Amino acid sequence: MLHSVTITVNGRSYTQTIEPRLLLVHFLRDAGLTGTKIGCDTSQCGACVVSMDGVAVKSCTMLAVQADGSSITTIEGLANHGQLTALQEAFWAKHGLQCGFCTPGMVFAAQEILRTNPNPTPEQIRHGLEGNMCRCTGYQNIVRSVQAAAADPRAAQTGGRP
Amino acid sequence: MTTVAPKPVRVFGSGIRRREDPRLLTGTARYTADITLPGMAYAAILRSPHGHARIRAIDTSGAKRAPGVVAVYTAADTEGTLQPIPCAWLLPNAGLKTAPYRALAADVVRYVGDAVAVVVAESDYQAYDALDLIEVDYEPLPATVDPEKATAKGAPQLHAEAPGNVAFHWTVAGGDVDAAFASAPVVVRDRIVQQRLIPTAMEPRGAVAQFTPATGELTLWNTTQNPHIVRFIMSLVTGVPEDRLRVVAPEVGGGFGSKIAQIQGDFVTVFCSMKLGRPVKWIETRSENYQSTTHGRDHVQDVELAATNDGRVLGLRCTVWAGMGAYLSTAAPGIPTILHGLMLSGPYNVPALKEDVYGVYTNTTPVEAYRGAGRPEATFMLERMMDVLAHTLRIDPVEVRRRNLIPAFENGHDVVTGLKYDSGNYQAALDKALQHIGYDKLRADQAAARAKGRYVGIGVSTYVEICGLGPSQVAGAIGFQGGLWESAIVRFHPSGKVNVFIGASPHGQGEETTFAQVVADELGVAVTDVKIVHGDTDNTPMGWGTYGSRTTAVGGAALAVATRKIKEKAKLLASHLLEAAVEDMDYDDGKFFVKGFPDRHKTIQDIALMANVAWNLPQGMEAGLEASSFYDPPNFTYPFGAHVAVVEIDGETGHVTLKRYVAVDDCGPQINPVIVEGQVHGGVVQGIGQALWEGAVYDDNGQLLTGSLADYAIPRADMLCDIEVLSTVTPSPHHPLGVKGIGEAGTIASTCTVYNAVIDALQPLGVGTMQMPMTPERVWRAMHAQKGA
Repeated sequence: MLHSVTITVNGRSYTQTIEPRLLLVHFLRDAGLTGTKIGCDTSQCGACVVSMDGVAVKSCTMLAVQADGSSITTIEGLANHGQLTALQEAFWAKHGLQCGFCTPGMVFAAQEILRTNPNPTPEQIRHGLEGNMCRCTGYQNIVRSVQAAAADPRAAQTGGRP
Repeated sequence: MTTVAPKPVRVFGSGIRRREDPRLLTGTARYTADITLPGMAYAAILRSPHGHARIRAIDTSGAKRAPGVVAVYTAADTEGTLQPIPCAWLLPNAGLKTAPYRALAADVVRYVGDAVAVVVAESDYQAYDALDLIEVDYEPLPATVDPEKATAKGAPQLHAEAPGNVAFHWTVAGGDVDAAFASAPVVVRDRIVQQRLIPTAMEPRGAVAQFTPATGELTLWNTTQNPHIVRFIMSLVTGVPEDRLRVVAPEVGGGFGSKIAQIQGDFVTVFCSMKLGRPVKWIETRSENYQSTTHGRDHVQDVELAATNDGRVLGLRCTVWAGMGAYLSTAAPGIPTILHGLMLSGPYNVPALKEDVYGVYTNTTPVEAYRGAGRPEATFMLERMMDVLAHTLRIDPVEVRRRNLIPAFENGHDVVTGLKYDSGNYQAALDKALQHIGYDKLRADQAAARAKGRYVGIGVSTYVEICGLGPSQVAGAIGFQGGLWESAIVRFHPSGKVNVFIGASPHGQGEETTFAQVVADELGVAVTDVKIVHGDTDNTPMGWGTYGSRTTAVGGAALAVATRKIKEKAKLLASHLLEAAVEDMDYDDGKFFVKGFPDRHKTIQDIALMANVAWNLPQGMEAGLEASSFYDPPNFTYPFGAHVAVVEIDGETGHVTLKRYVAVDDCGPQINPVIVEGQVHGGVVQGIGQALWEGAVYDDNGQLLTGSLADYAIPRADMLCDIEVLSTVTPSPHHPLGVKGIGEAGTIASTCTVYNAVIDALQPLGVGTMQMPMTPERVWRAMHAQKGA
């Protein structure tokens, strides 16, 4: 049985008829938004994290039908005409990525950390990243990136939402 | 008083931001899984659930009738189309016994994950649905999973070609080791198990194959570290001629060795596209990756070290059983041998040495390179024995190392295994690490902590490694079925912008930035005016790939040589245009000028334009400003360093907390120190993962018990402390830029450093050895076993 859903992604409304078993991450990627990655099949790696109604979710662990009526932001929806957000800028400045595969999920996990705690300590950042895996960086420069974003006035102006 | 504008900071050595990052940060980078082609179908692979079983029958009829299914293939369908997957490192003088490795298993499956059948459907969901409808009648056979036990009499046999499951027996020897042991006042021994690891690049493997029947052309987008090798081997297996075979490594999400080999899924995907005449995509799941993409390490080592009473090494003798998995993967035989045995003497004066290595078939996933590949297993062995020796003789572990380190040398040092190290100053690296961490105070603090019943441990190791795999003559002599040179083409466009085409294939290491820095430094153009092109066999020169820390060590040399050829030609053209003798020309920062007359100059951009329009060239000069280099290094490079770790163990739970970690690495001059630091961070953390958390576990039937990221513990952010990264700089005398390579250093050094720290912490309890990973349960049991004894 198929279901009709309407999901807003990066400000654009998508109405589609889908199988109820379709995962949100597949819905997004099938829509051409391949910036959201799939790194595991057990909900560990966090490469698929996106923002749903302002809260970070693992899009591999949700059905698309559960997102019906919601508003999603993916990595493609952050930069405005190449103008990076404070967090994206911080990841770039602090060498917070190498192969880049975990990066979209990391950026949204970092956004979630700053949303709930605008001035996190390194320990709090490490704790906040425990649902996201990176095999390249050893996490150290990701922690530095989040610290740098927290110190960026642009992040402060948006109430901790870089 | 006149002021002189300060010379801009040299771009070689600057920690500039990476040029690859904007696309990666905005979701616009394209990895293999992100590629969708018109008319594309999706493949899913049925894999063996048994470690060892005979296939009695396969019934695919149900799957073929399933919605959306285009085709279902088994081994029988590939007969005559696909050749077996070749092993590409045919170790000489080792009795090597290869066995046919088929893209789809024919009669017998030999590991959990061995490919049995493939479904192609209109969607990936449909392909996976149909997979469940294939019925395979298996006759389970006894399995063997431990590399030492697999060689025992009566062990289940994997291949008729390899009696006793022995794939090869390789030895290395130097000096008179038996005499050294016969006369040694002290001999220490240990049995070390280098557990099997799963590389876990965050991007799983996959392929998109597009075969065009009308032209016989094949394009393969592949998650690979070495697209040119893929083209070569894919051509051998499928019969598609190399000139019609284009391999593209698009964005690749990490490799760590797991994207060197060509695996079953690659060939199966190509086969499906060839049969169907339409594009086919296969992307493995993480669980599939864990079962079927290559693993690393898996050694059982018996080691003994002979020494004098004051701790000077006299000899090293060891036997290694190296698990190869069920088949020999592409480069597998060279890893526990050439990349392991030849560097067993490490940074120390070892007068005599002998090692026997048995490569052993087991009912497990094939083993390949994993970050460090052979060198961590050698470094661990040596650094472990140094600590055992120090403990036995009651000498400080640092002092034992000092007594054995090779003194500083700048241009060649012969070691007992036959290698000639290029340059080294091991003592300096060790001194720097100890000074930075405050070693003496650390030991005093440790004594105070012990007095209070706390378990604080300090681990120290020094290491040297082989990098920059080459030269090709050596590759041939050691059975590597390819060359080990690298290539670069540097092309100036009329506007002065530069494209560089390289044969190597970076996948996260940042060479789009560092190589641009090299060109900018050599030719005085802006970094932003240089674009590095890699990963597509149709537009890059042949190269052997990115592994073994060789991209900068070998590919960077090719680039440097090519840029210097450009500079020579530019100088000739400048002298012609300025009507000055070549001998009178000088160069500085992108300007060619007449000596003493800096205003009489041509910029490199002027030269690029004039060379490309070719209105006024000297007699005999060809148009264009382009140069290529195929650089075959005269020797390996030998980076080195010293690492120190401090841990504390919770006496109640056995939990190990990493308190500090200091890494001093010497990779020669650093093109971009920020990128070097990032490589060290990542490498160190992977090595710590082996010491404390990671381990692939099979049961006796060959079931992989750690078959997903839920069961296999790679390090997370909250499990780690900051890594304090320092360096010394000892240029390689034979490299045009002096650089040595940094990709694997951290992993090579950190496992033994942390291991030694944990054992050191438990010394008051008499714990002398422990199996990795040193999980809280294992540590707790070790503590209590000694307490109870």
